[in-house]
Amino acid sequence: MSTFWSIWVTVIVLGTVFGCAWLLFATRKSQTTEVETDRTMGHSFDGIEEYDNPLPKWWFYLFVATCIFALGYLALYPGLGNYKGLLGWTSANQWEKEVAAADEQYGPIYAQYGQTPVPELAKDEDALKIGQRLFANNCSVCHGSAARGQVGFPNLTDGDWLWGGTPEAILQTLHNGRMGNMPAKGVMPNMTNEQVDQVVNYVLSFSGREIDAAAATAGQAVFAQACVACHGPEGKGMTALGAPNLTDNVWLYGSNYEWIRETVLHGRQNEMPAQGGRLSDDQIQILAAYVYSLSN
Amino acid sequence: MSTQNPNLTYNYKVVRQFAIMTVVWGIVGMALGVLIAAQLVWPSLNLDLPFTHFGRLRPLHTNAVIFGFGGSALFATSYYVVQRTCQTRLISDKLAAFTFWGWTAIIISAAITLPMGLTSTKEYAELEWPIDIAIAVVWVVYALVFFGTITKRSTSHIYVANWFYGAFIITIAVLHIGNNLALPVSAFKSYSAYAGVTDAMMQWWYGHNAVGFFLTAGFLGMMYYFVPKQAGRPVYSYRLSIVHFWALIATYVWAGGHHLHYSALPDWAQTASMVMSLILLAPSWGGMINGMMTLSGAWHKLRTDPILRFLVVSLSFYGMSTFEGPMMSIKTVNALSHNTDWTVGHVHSGALGWVAMISIGAIYHLIPKVWGLKEMYSVSLINVHFWLATVGTVLYIVAMWVNGIMQGLMWRAVNEDGTLTYSFVEALEASYPGYFVRFLGGVIFLSGMLFMAYNVYMTVRQKEAVAQDNAAIQAA
Repeated sequence: MSTFWSIWVTVIVLGTVFGCAWLLFATRKSQTTEVETDRTMGHSFDGIEEYDNPLPKWWFYLFVATCIFALGYLALYPGLGNYKGLLGWTSANQWEKEVAAADEQYGPIYAQYGQTPVPELAKDEDALKIGQRLFANNCSVCHGSAARGQVGFPNLTDGDWLWGGTPEAILQTLHNGRMGNMPAKGVMPNMTNEQVDQVVNYVLSFSGREIDAAAATAGQAVFAQACVACHGPEGKGMTALGAPNLTDNVWLYGSNYEWIRETVLHGRQNEMPAQGGRLSDDQIQILAAYVYSLSN
Repeated sequence: MSTQNPNLTYNYKVVRQFAIMTVVWGIVGMALGVLIAAQLVWPSLNLDLPFTHFGRLRPLHTNAVIFGFGGSALFATSYYVVQRTCQTRLISDKLAAFTFWGWTAIIISAAITLPMGLTSTKEYAELEWPIDIAIAVVWVVYALVFFGTITKRSTSHIYVANWFYGAFIITIAVLHIGNNLALPVSAFKSYSAYAGVTDAMMQWWYGHNAVGFFLTAGFLGMMYYFVPKQAGRPVYSYRLSIVHFWALIATYVWAGGHHLHYSALPDWAQTASMVMSLILLAPSWGGMINGMMTLSGAWHKLRTDPILRFLVVSLSFYGMSTFEGPMMSIKTVNALSHNTDWTVGHVHSGALGWVAMISIGAIYHLIPKVWGLKEMYSVSLINVHFWLATVGTVLYIVAMWVNGIMQGLMWRAVNEDGTLTYSFVEALEASYPGYFVRFLGGVIFLSGMLFMAYNVYMTVRQKEAVAQDNAAIQAA
């Protein structure tokens, strides 16, 4: 902050502390007695009188002690404008120190697994225990503590992968995250509502669940125009784009007709946040092994 | 009292109105509190409706108890006290009536808009901008009535209770207007005039002083009249009241930053708010000492007078929560307590133990007076209420202490590899017993309020009860 505001802050902070102390000492000085008496101030309000008693000693010293503590604390810690305090403490450097201490303490535990290939690590009981804890801390909020996912968040145990289930693909997903984007009406912005219903029936027919056979047949042409670019001519999807396989009856956004129609009509956006930078490379290696172990 | 004018009459009508609404809003607000406490134990009580969802009812609970119950109690007692200690009638009956109808309309509009989801999202200041303007108008009129009455007093000095009421009225006006400055974009939607951490600091400057001035200074005003009056004893120390009054109002306005420890708020503001919060301990206790010591020589009255019990126990809870508050403002303690139920328990030891109990005691004291009666319909029902309120408060606070400290410890527990030992849900599951005990405490406290409603109803319908605008003839 500028010098002016720094001085302003210093003056009002110290002014409040010293003002309290001055008030306390001035009032005490004007006391006429050290002990409690029956003398009142001489006025009465609706029958209420007030004693002219001294400030209780223990209370007086308590007040003085808090003021002294405040001044000492303000000397040691930043509180007076731009003054840094004798200890050089900041909330940011306290955090950095705590992180550094944690890295030093826990880093070696993860480092012993960091170089082991994922498939091998996925057979190491000790590594998997750590992996499970990392998963519980960092992944379970979305994917669930049993990793079975929920609407919008993939099940990680079923062997069905949007972006690929190889160790390399899982590591890539964890390190850099993934951005999924299904455009509304695919690449056919002028799709009519009738065509939407047709294409939904066609998609459902991959798993034998079409409601209206005629519409499903009509939907093939719509699918060819709007969907094949990502989902492929047979609807098997494409892991490079995160485009789901539509034939296996696994549905990220719900399996019923209305929800699939909603997906076609309005599209879907989704994000798996990148963990690189949040977690160390060693931790991500262990986490990848844990996730890999769930379906291998 | 030689200056007493036998022809003097007081405006008790507005006092009676606010006194009744204190009981009404108390029951409404606390019933909402019990409902949302039950929702935390049995989530299906959200009823799957937006209007009955915890997220909308929680602000309605806080608004109803703080501004409905607490606000009505402050209006009732401040109008009562300022007239009696200044020996003069309110400066304007019409303006006083305006504050009653205005304030009541504001609380009703809160009860309508908050369940509809209309909110500015600022804690304890959720009401949208048209209602905020109405609050500002009513508040300015309140200030006119209160200070106008003081200027025409027939006593030479201004009694200490009126200092506290006055400080509360002025500061709440500044805080309310300052924090609620916003750009309206439609009839019921506005955006705060402040951004980012400035907005957060403004919010907690307001939020903590809603506690410091609305829920503390105002109620200390109440304490300074009703404790010596009910005990029939002089106030312990005039000097103490001077020091603790000025120190309290000077340091309280600093304390809000302790809600933002370890946040993006600059370190100096966090440090300054922490040391001021610690200094605040002695000024706060000054009020407790002055109330407690006023009873010396009258302790025997506690055996027979449940109203005095309410007042004394409220001071004990005040002393306890104003010790707890400075401790929680210390950064290292705050690192454990922040975001846990400990904070909720701390607020309620102040809200139930201090604010509600002293208001209840004050209302029991003044209801017979403003209806021209000797005492309440049933003193033993007051005693029943006292025990229900005390037991309810203790259950509530203890449950939240246990929950809060447990949550704080579970959240920070780590395994040997540095991962967290417990997931959030595990800490939540462990909190269920505490949530149930809290619900139970709330039910018990609320049931006490129902006894109060019955007692008040039976009091004012007694055949000798006469709603009267006259006090000077009553024994002082």
